[in-house]
Amino acid sequence: MSHGVPSAAPDTAAVDGATARRRGWGWLLLVPGMLYLGVFFVFPTVQLFLTSLYDPSGNYFTGYTLTWHFANYLDAIRDTWHLFVRSFIYAGITTGVCLLLGYPLAYAIAFKAGRWKNFMLVLVIAPFFTSFLLRTISWHTILADNGPVTDFLRTVHVLPHDGRLLATSVAVIAGLIYNFMPFMTLPLFASLDKVDHRLIEAAGDLYSSPFTGFRKVTLPLSLPGVVSGTLLTFIPACGDYINAEILGTPKQYMVGNRIQAAFLTEHNYPLAATLSLILMVIVVLMVIVYVRRVGTEELL
Amino acid sequence: MTSKPPSDDSFRQLLTGLGSSRGLSRRGLLRGAGIGALALSSPALLDACGTKGAKVSAGSCVSKDLSSTQKTIVFSNWIGYIDPAKAKDTSTLEKFEQETGIKVDYRNGDVNDNEQFFAKVSPQLQDCKSTGRDVFVLTDWMAARMVDLGWLQKLDHSKMPNVDANLIDSLKSPDWDPHRDYSVPWQSGMTGICYNSDLTDPVTSFKDLLTRPDLKGKIELLTEMRDTMLFMLLLQGSDPSDFTDSDFSAAISSLQKYVDNGQVRRFAGNDYVDDMKSGDIVACEAWSGDVINLLGGGKYKWVPPDEGFAIWTDNMLVPNMAEHKTNVETMMNFYYDPVNAAKLAAWNYYFCPVKGAQQQIGQFDKSAVHSEFIFPSQKILANGHAFMSLDQKTEQSYQTQFNGVMGG
Repeated sequence: MSHGVPSAAPDTAAVDGATARRRGWGWLLLVPGMLYLGVFFVFPTVQLFLTSLYDPSGNYFTGYTLTWHFANYLDAIRDTWHLFVRSFIYAGITTGVCLLLGYPLAYAIAFKAGRWKNFMLVLVIAPFFTSFLLRTISWHTILADNGPVTDFLRTVHVLPHDGRLLATSVAVIAGLIYNFMPFMTLPLFASLDKVDHRLIEAAGDLYSSPFTGFRKVTLPLSLPGVVSGTLLTFIPACGDYINAEILGTPKQYMVGNRIQAAFLTEHNYPLAATLSLILMVIVVLMVIVYVRRVGTEELL
Repeated sequence: MTSKPPSDDSFRQLLTGLGSSRGLSRRGLLRGAGIGALALSSPALLDACGTKGAKVSAGSCVSKDLSSTQKTIVFSNWIGYIDPAKAKDTSTLEKFEQETGIKVDYRNGDVNDNEQFFAKVSPQLQDCKSTGRDVFVLTDWMAARMVDLGWLQKLDHSKMPNVDANLIDSLKSPDWDPHRDYSVPWQSGMTGICYNSDLTDPVTSFKDLLTRPDLKGKIELLTEMRDTMLFMLLLQGSDPSDFTDSDFSAAISSLQKYVDNGQVRRFAGNDYVDDMKSGDIVACEAWSGDVINLLGGGKYKWVPPDEGFAIWTDNMLVPNMAEHKTNVETMMNFYYDPVNAAKLAAWNYYFCPVKGAQQQIGQFDKSAVHSEFIFPSQKILANGHAFMSLDQKTEQSYQTQFNGVMGG
C-alpha cells in the first residue's frame, strides 16, 4: 500500500541549518525499524519467492535447484483453487459475524459500561491467558457428538437426530469467530472510546433521532476501528489451519492445511512457498481494494 | 542463478543522499533502504538458490559418547508403547533405572506420526546438529529412509548380547539393514480395524468400513500413507507389495470418493484413540496393541479385516550427535531379556520380537500366553502384508497424491 504522504520538498523550501540537522536525526530513528523489516520481512519474502521457483522435480533427499520455474504458480492454482475459495469464504463469514457481534459489545463497553468498563475489557482479553491451541481443543470436547451442546440441539430439533456439529463447516467457522473475536472488539473499542460524547449530544440538539445520530456521527467516527478490526480478523483467519485441523475434516480444510502438509510431510518446498505467496498476494490485493473503497487512507 | 547487483547509479544516489542533508527525500530514503536490504541479502540469496540434499556422509557427523559420565537417556516413543509405573509394581523402565543407575527421560507421544516426527528432527539432522534425543522409535520404512540419509549411529552389538541371542529370526535381517547395524526392533504390530461394539455392529472388513451407511461420518483413517493405502490397494485387488503407479492412482481416486461422500470423518495419527473414547467415531483403522493398552479392550474390538492387514515393525534408532549411545545400548540389551520383554508385551499387547518371552509372560498375564496380538500364529501372519518399498521420487509423488486427498 502506498501511503499518500506528501514527500518532503527540500528544493522548494529554504531550509536552515538547525532544521536540517533535526531532520537528519529523525531519519536515524528509522534505522532500527528498517533493519528489523529488512532482516525479518524483506529477506524471508525474497527467499520465499525464490523457493517458489525451485524445480518441482527435485526432492528432499537430492535437494532442490532454482530454475525459475514459474509454472509452479499455474500448477498450484489449478490444483488448489477450491481451497483458496473456501479459505476466503470462511474468513469472510468470520469477519462479518465478528463485526456484527463485536460492534455492539465494543459500543456497550465504551458508552454504557460505566465503572465496569475495565472489568469488561479484561473479560474480552481473558481468553488470551490460555493457549490458542488448548482453547480450540476444548471446543473439540464441547462440540463432541455426544456432548451437551449437540445433545441439546438434537433435542430441540435444530439438528436432525443423527446430526453433528463437530467436523462440519459450522464448527470450523465458529472456532474462527471465537478465536478472532478479540481482534475485532479491541480496535472497535479503541475507536468508539475516543468519540466525543458532545458531538452525539449536539446531533440530538439538532433534532436527529438516536438512530440518525448513530448513523451520521458515531458510525463514521468509529470507521477506523471497523477497518483495522476487519483487517486484523480477516487476514489471520485466511491463513489459519488450526481450527480446520481440529474442528473440521478434509472437506473443511483451508489453504493453510495444504501448506502445512506440503511443507512438513511431502517436503515439497516449492509448492508450500508458491501457495504461501499466492495467499499473500491475494490478501494484499483485497486489502488495498477494501481500504480504497471504505474511505481515505488516513483511516489507518 | 545470476543475481544482478544493484546498479551503480542507485548506489551513488543513495550515497549522495546520505551525504547531504538537503537532498534526501523520504521516498529516496525508502528506496535506499530497499536497495540496502537487497544488497545485504544478496550473498545470502546466492546461498539460498536451491537447497542442498539432506544426506549426511558417514563419519562427518560424529559426536562424543558421554555415557560414562552422564547416566541419562532421552527416549522418544509413541503413546501406549511402554508399561506405566504402578503403585504396587515397578515398571520395566523403573527396573532398568534401578539396575543400571541410568535415568530415562521418557517422552511419551513425542512420536505421533512418522512423517511428522521426521519433519521435527530433520532440520537438525541434515545440519549435523543434536536433536536432543538419544533414541527414538520409528517404523521400518522411515528407519530405512534415515539409514539412507546417514542420520543414524552404528550400534555396537558387543554391548547387547541379548539382542543377538534373542531377536526372533524373522526380524534378524530386513533388507534395509541386513545386520541390524542401525536398528533394533521395539515391537511389531498389525494395522486393522477397531470398532466400538456398544455403538455399532461388528465391522470385519475394510469394505464395510468404507461403504456401510450407518458408519457414515463416524470412521477415521490413518494419516500414515502406507497404512491407509495398503487397504485401498487390497480393496481393489492390487498387491500392496507389488503394484504400479496406475494401481496407486486408482486407489487414490476411490479413497477420494469416500472422503467426498462424507464416509471418512477425518484422518488421524495416534490421536484416533481420543475420538474413539469420546464416541465421535465408532470404528477406525487402528494399530493392534492400542486397542488393548490404550482403549482397554472390552467394548473396543480389534479385528484383522477380511481383505488382509498391514504388518510392520517399529525400531529403536540412535540419531547422529546423540551423546549417550552406550546407555541406549544398555537399555536395548535390557529389553531383550525375555523376562523384561514379556512384562512389556503383557502390557502393550504388540508382537513381541524377543525369543523366550512367551515362556515368561505367564507370570505377568496368564491370558497373554496364547494371545494372537503378542505371539501371532502362522495362520494369522499368512494374511499380513507389507507395503512395497519406494524410491524417494515415487515416495514423494505418492505422498503428494495422498495429501491431496487428506487436504480436502
